[in-house]
Amino acid sequence: MEKQDRPEQSKRRYSRRTLIRLGQALMKERWRMLLALICTVGSNLFALIGPRLTGYAIEAIEGGRGQVDFARVGYYASWMAIFYVVSALMAYGLQVLMITISRRVVFTMRQELFEKLLTLPVGFFDVHQTGDIISRISYDIDTVNASLSNDLIQLLTTVITVAGALAMMVAISPQLVLVFAFTVPLSFFLTKYITGKTRPLFRERSAKLGKLNGFVEEMITGQKTLKVYSRESYTIGRCDEKNEEAAEAFYRAEYYGSIVGPCVNFVNNLSLSLTGVFGALLYLAGRMTIGDISSFVLYSRKFSGPINEAANILSELQSSLAAAERVFGLMDELPESADRADAVTLSQVQGSVELSHVEFGYQEGQTVIHDLSLTAEPGKLIAIVGHTGAGKTTLINLLMRFYDPNRGCVSVEGTDARDATRKSLRASYAMVLQDTWLFSGTIYENLAYGSRSAGRREVEQAARAAYIHSFIMRLPKGYDTVLTDEGANISKGQKQLLTIARAMLLDAPMLILDEATSNVDTRTEVRIQKAMRNLMKDKTCFVIAHRLSTIQNADWILVVDGGEVVEQGTHQELMEKQGYYRQMYEAQYE
Amino acid sequence: MRNIITVYIRPYFRRMGVGFLIKFAGTIMDLCIPYILAYIIDTVIPAGDRLRVLEWGLGMLVCSALAVSGNIIANRRASRVAADIIKTIRHDVFARIMTLSGSQMDALTRPSLISRMTSDTYELQQVIARIQRLGVRAPILLTGGVIVTFTLDWAMALVLTALLPLLVLVTVLVSRKGIPLYAKLRESADGMVRVVREDVAGIRVIKALSKTDYETERFREVNQSMTDQDKKAGMVMAVTNPSMNILLNLGLVCVIVTGAFRVNAGTGEVGKILAFTTYFTIILNAMLSMTRMFEMISRAIASGDRVWELLAMPEELGVQEPVHEFAEAANETGVTCKAAGVSAESKLGYESAAAGGDGVEGGKESCPPAILFDHVNFSYYTGREEQVLTDISFCVGRGEMLGIIGEIGSGKSTILNLMMRLYEADSGQIRIDGRDIRTWRPKELKQKFGVVFQNDMIFEDTIAENVTLGRPLSSQEVSDALCCAQAGEFVRARRDQQEDGLSIRGANLSGGQRQRVLIARALAARPEILILDDSSSALDYKTDASLRRAIRAYLPDTTLVVVAQRVSSILHADHILVLENGRMIGYGTHEELLEHCSVYREIAHSQMGEVR
Repeated sequence: MEKQDRPEQSKRRYSRRTLIRLGQALMKERWRMLLALICTVGSNLFALIGPRLTGYAIEAIEGGRGQVDFARVGYYASWMAIFYVVSALMAYGLQVLMITISRRVVFTMRQELFEKLLTLPVGFFDVHQTGDIISRISYDIDTVNASLSNDLIQLLTTVITVAGALAMMVAISPQLVLVFAFTVPLSFFLTKYITGKTRPLFRERSAKLGKLNGFVEEMITGQKTLKVYSRESYTIGRCDEKNEEAAEAFYRAEYYGSIVGPCVNFVNNLSLSLTGVFGALLYLAGRMTIGDISSFVLYSRKFSGPINEAANILSELQSSLAAAERVFGLMDELPESADRADAVTLSQVQGSVELSHVEFGYQEGQTVIHDLSLTAEPGKLIAIVGHTGAGKTTLINLLMRFYDPNRGCVSVEGTDARDATRKSLRASYAMVLQDTWLFSGTIYENLAYGSRSAGRREVEQAARAAYIHSFIMRLPKGYDTVLTDEGANISKGQKQLLTIARAMLLDAPMLILDEATSNVDTRTEVRIQKAMRNLMKDKTCFVIAHRLSTIQNADWILVVDGGEVVEQGTHQELMEKQGYYRQMYEAQYE
Repeated sequence: MRNIITVYIRPYFRRMGVGFLIKFAGTIMDLCIPYILAYIIDTVIPAGDRLRVLEWGLGMLVCSALAVSGNIIANRRASRVAADIIKTIRHDVFARIMTLSGSQMDALTRPSLISRMTSDTYELQQVIARIQRLGVRAPILLTGGVIVTFTLDWAMALVLTALLPLLVLVTVLVSRKGIPLYAKLRESADGMVRVVREDVAGIRVIKALSKTDYETERFREVNQSMTDQDKKAGMVMAVTNPSMNILLNLGLVCVIVTGAFRVNAGTGEVGKILAFTTYFTIILNAMLSMTRMFEMISRAIASGDRVWELLAMPEELGVQEPVHEFAEAANETGVTCKAAGVSAESKLGYESAAAGGDGVEGGKESCPPAILFDHVNFSYYTGREEQVLTDISFCVGRGEMLGIIGEIGSGKSTILNLMMRLYEADSGQIRIDGRDIRTWRPKELKQKFGVVFQNDMIFEDTIAENVTLGRPLSSQEVSDALCCAQAGEFVRARRDQQEDGLSIRGANLSGGQRQRVLIARALAARPEILILDDSSSALDYKTDASLRRAIRAYLPDTTLVVVAQRVSSILHADHILVLENGRMIGYGTHEELLEHCSVYREIAHSQMGEVR
């Protein structure tokens, strides 16, 4: 995502593409945009009528002492009032419209970005800091929001005004317009030069802020640990480095970005000076009247005003472009490979799973699973044991198709997993992972998470079966207790029981338990096992655990080491074998 | 916000003032140019002097050059000041977050802290930079314009001035409505951060359950609420601009009518009315550009208040003056220790606990017990009837081992939190090395501990850095700790060994590997007290057993506190504490508990089965 090593050329193309995509996002609101434009023009015109009316009113006063035509003054004054009120109302309407458009665009952008996020492969989140992602979805999109719509309208109005003023100037004095033939390209190239220089700075500003946010998010998450090791000042020191970098990047982008405005203004002043001098010379040569010079100057000011404004906007646009680039960068991440067009929906899964000659590694050249084959028949309990890091969690990743194997295949009910839709494949499994996950919501919502149809009764039943019901009832609000993100009163073990109950509610033919009960005290675990056995009836079950008591009852035990199945068999067989399994078993009582 | 200004912005007033002056000069230069031009047209040209035309033209160029350099210098200073101010604020915010107590963290919630630290400070930064850049021209034009109108015709100017209270009223009303809306917007932003964080953490579950649609909906809700708040606030703020417009323009109408009367009375001139309208346009534009700034300021105030709320959090867990002299405290501790023993005895109804307590007291009379809990009560939220811990008393001597076992939710981790003073006990006393923990300086206290929490954090950094966390530990100490934590083998197998980088939340490690790195972290500084909160649950029995042996060999004098689910992990402990619903239902050695504590017996039998 950091395109820093891209050559400048492609970077330029990249920002053009960003611009186009931003335009496309806005085009979805094209009718509202058009309406906004009409409002702008209308409100400006109405505002222009105001001075005209003022003029008439003043004409009525012009009679002087005792001669003022109060009727006419009153007439025009009341019209003025009406026009100004109408113009202001239109201006308000315009603002409302613009606010609506920009918030809609931003809403869609956020939504799309988030939806994209959910399609990314799970590995993405292992290498991208949450804080940086949050930074993109909040700050970067906000930046786009702040400038996008308003600036665009502003630029459009600018174009209209400038074109009009230019036409008037050409009509008055074509020679004098030559001054602009010099200064307009000058400001154009100046702007282009400076923005070319500042674009990377804005990019860096966004990136550095993202880095800072990534760091901050990680450290806030680990605050307790850092505190216990008295690492506060050390961490603050590290944060200062990132803070310093972000502040410097902000300073550089802001400073160089703010050069554009005064520079363009300078060029405008330059052209004003030149107009004055040349105009005077032309007058002295008898080629122009003083009146012409005055009105030319008047129009040239009308001309340069919006250009000034536009130049200022440019630096804002720069920052929103840089931000948009980061947003689109995330949107362009490769999602999980799409389901095949002819992917089948797995239905009536009995629970037979087969792995044949599976080879897999997360990174190229680092194979963690070599040539693994196993067959799980419906309703069987497959226990996978082995040293930590022997590749057990990886196995889950392959079963659930978070990753596809590099070689070999995983098949469910005889269908290659890659030929089935992910949704139906994953729906065939109920899973309780090592890292328990609950979201902020009520306990009920958390339990019913996987099965939409589960009513209160089913949920309570599952909770009872997972031996968490009485705990829940002891909470002040029972099932309606809201779990806050960092719920201090819920221990890891309790969370685990809740996720077990959640898995129980899924009516899936296969069940995966990844060390799921490791945080449950053994007293509870025995009861859970009983409940589980009932639940698991006729279901294929993969249990990855280190506790031999959990797996003694397994139909089949796979002993995994170094990514390969070194031994397999029933508990009895393996004990008799006097091998690796026996060694592990006995270690328990050392 | 007022506090943010006095504390963080005031020190920069001088620098900002100089910047304003430079900007002021630049702006004046900028404003001079049209006047020179007018002078050329009105005076110089009719005189027909070419040389003077060129002279004045040169003057304009000089003015332009001064204007551009003044503006650039001022902008640069403004950016510098904004960057510096925000750097300081961020530093302080982060520092404050790092020192928040556990209950303060729980109350504020992490998503909110994250967005205060990032988005809110960003909002402030934007405004500080922009106000300095754009906040000069408009006031100059405004005051200049008002002064000129007064010199033109005081009566008409007074009519205009009469509007001032109305303008102020509009501003006050709008801001009073707008700022709370922006504050709400910031709160919705917290909600968004919460959903994103949760979903990133739970992406596997979401995918496994195919709940992406549901999550999308959940996000849509927070997104919608954010958008709505933003829109609402925007709509309110948008009122300012048109109402200023209306007020001022109606003022203009009044001015013209007034002018008409004055002209009619012979006290005014038509030309002056004309000039008045010109300046009036300038005033109006200046006013409008000030309304824009006013909107930005309203946003900043909402953010500033949130930042200040965090910065102004009271310092919890402060250090108390030692109530007693050390020797006295130690002496008294002996008594309390016995008392703890007695209370345990009376509650549990067996003698040996008292004997154990005496053993500690008698054997190590000279040095106070490492850890002592004396009738400690605790609940996380004050005002809630349910207590997490009730009347906990125990006493662990130096170099001994305490095992804590009990059902989930029985308060095991809470005991550890209190021991390290991450939370403050509601009543009762906790002593470490005989001293009340409230009298220890936090750093001294924490230095004694090495801890592995249940959901402990692996940072995106190298293995070595994850072990040291920046503590001054040699690489020998790191590798010793890794070896002792049974992590030596797999660390050596990694490409860059100790320097190998770990992914976010240690995603490129297995659960067991993560735990071992965390244990190495806890061991590395050879702490006086080592706390392991169910930290070997992902280890197989074999590794767990060798880990226990290695720790004892590596840290023979260290007091061990082990929370475990497996009886085998704590069965050799000198004291075992059995918890149920926050109460001690058993305290003693393995053998004693087997004999006297039915719950413990049940646990042990279910785990060890027929073997013992």
